[in-house]
Amino acid sequence: MNSEIASMIGKRLVIAVITLIIVSFAVFFATSMLPGDTATILLGQAATPDAVAGLRHAMHLDEPAVLRFLRWIAGLVTGDLGTSYANNMPISKLISARFVNTMKLAGITALISIPFALTLGITSAVLRGTLYDRVVTVLTIGVISVPEFMVASTAVLIFAVYLKWLPAISFVNEVHSLYDLLRMYAMPVVTLTFVVSAQIIRMTRAAVIETLSTPYVEMALLKGASRSRIVLRHALPNALGPIVNALALSLSYLIGGVIIIETIFNYPGIAKLMVDAVATRDLPLIQTCAVIFCAGYLILITIADIIAIISNPRLR
Amino acid sequence: MTQSAPSTSAAPGIFGYTFSFVGILAFAVILFWAVVALFAPQIAPYPIGKIVDMDYFGPMSSKLWLGSDYLGRDMLSRIIFGARYTLGIALAGVLIASSSGVILGMAAAVVGGWFDTALSRFMDAMISIPSKLFGLVVVAAVGSSLPALILTLAFIYTPGSYRFARALAVNVNTMDFITVARIRGENTLYLAISEILPNIIRPVLADFGIRFVFIVLLLSGLSFLGLGVQPPLADWGALVHENIQGLSFGSAAVIAPSIAIASLTISVNLLIDNLPRKIRDRSA
Repeated sequence: MNSEIASMIGKRLVIAVITLIIVSFAVFFATSMLPGDTATILLGQAATPDAVAGLRHAMHLDEPAVLRFLRWIAGLVTGDLGTSYANNMPISKLISARFVNTMKLAGITALISIPFALTLGITSAVLRGTLYDRVVTVLTIGVISVPEFMVASTAVLIFAVYLKWLPAISFVNEVHSLYDLLRMYAMPVVTLTFVVSAQIIRMTRAAVIETLSTPYVEMALLKGASRSRIVLRHALPNALGPIVNALALSLSYLIGGVIIIETIFNYPGIAKLMVDAVATRDLPLIQTCAVIFCAGYLILITIADIIAIISNPRLR
Repeated sequence: MTQSAPSTSAAPGIFGYTFSFVGILAFAVILFWAVVALFAPQIAPYPIGKIVDMDYFGPMSSKLWLGSDYLGRDMLSRIIFGARYTLGIALAGVLIASSSGVILGMAAAVVGGWFDTALSRFMDAMISIPSKLFGLVVVAAVGSSLPALILTLAFIYTPGSYRFARALAVNVNTMDFITVARIRGENTLYLAISEILPNIIRPVLADFGIRFVFIVLLLSGLSFLGLGVQPPLADWGALVHENIQGLSFGSAAVIAPSIAIASLTISVNLLIDNLPRKIRDRSA
């Protein structure tokens, strides 16, 4: 039986790698479709044709796209991420510090929102149909239906403009104490937590409700098991796979959320870097950021699938 | 999703369906925005680019109902015109996304074999790119002119529509009447359009609505980042973007367009949640 699990996990990993290759291919070609010639754009109007040709050659722009793709992939794998067009700095240098910042923001948000949202999601599924469940459901649908920037600007309005508890949009780099640090992270983290939690709650609730309506739960009910025993012993272990899946999918909303939140709070993270790169059309930087995000997303999804495989009692 | 609460005030049946009160209310809001978008030039109190207030981020007043924006233009007029772009772009995008998704999904189900496998694999890979990220990459590549935006949004949401339609079509495809039609010698086009489509059209329409909400949200998000609709045009997301400085004064110029977006997306979600079970359910 264990070899079966191993082969399923292996299969899943292969699919993940293939998907990542397809996705980076798509990202590369989408950005290569740019109408203007990069060398001409970089050198400006006054450039001589010779200079443009020279730069094109130096940047390998005169090679076929497939060759450039392979070169780029080889660079990614060996850690040579290329050079940013906009300010001529190595991309690895631009990204490293900001990557840590984004991971910090995402990590803190995950730490807070996962326990919070799981509790709400599971309890509202168990107490299905009660006033509590209704309130939770309406609130989550409300948060899901509005854009992230609205959640963020509402938070700013409440906590910074009216209550004056927290600094508004500016993000300062001078941290003197733990208090400063908390104040700095509070607003982005609170906003992101709202966005991500709403997704987790909705999906967890659906997963648990589905499990609770299975025949074996009815069986447990009929044999007289207590409510807590039904939920904790019978339903939850079986709902683990779907719940982890829901968690991974919802955490991927972190990616969408992070793009908006970093921009609105001016947070020096990798998403802000990417948005700026899109504004300046800095292709190598966009490609690298996009692949980092996609890889992060795929890793989350793959981990969730593997946990779902391992936690499936039928495979043990 | 939400349990269909026992509707206390069910309206008399329309086309044999009964709609709940919340559903009718949601429909009214959607209709309201559609009318506003259609007749924007007639409704708006001021021309869209006219500076009517000497002050910027002016407060709400009887003359300027929603105050003025960062240049002193009338906010109400700008939102009324913004409805055109938000609704128009999203509608065009969802029409393209849903129709191409449904056509490909039905084709995959009917043709089957390697065509189905290859297409599904590709679409799954596309789905695994987070939509906002996808949007950023494509906007970087093709720019943000209106047609480019519409195609980008359609392209991003086609895979989801494909997966939904294919799942439905595969179920229908195993039915006896399809086998009968195949034996009768009908071609693929006939099978898809005359046999499968009528059986999946209702859940597909519900999916259409949900996808519309996704597209409105993504479009607003992109515009908010300054990468969607470009000035001098402005959809609701772009209105928030250009007035974001007013947030620290609690200006209506930031809040009002956000509320407009929320009213639209929440209404569509509520309408779909409150559709009669007959229309909404997957099982056709």
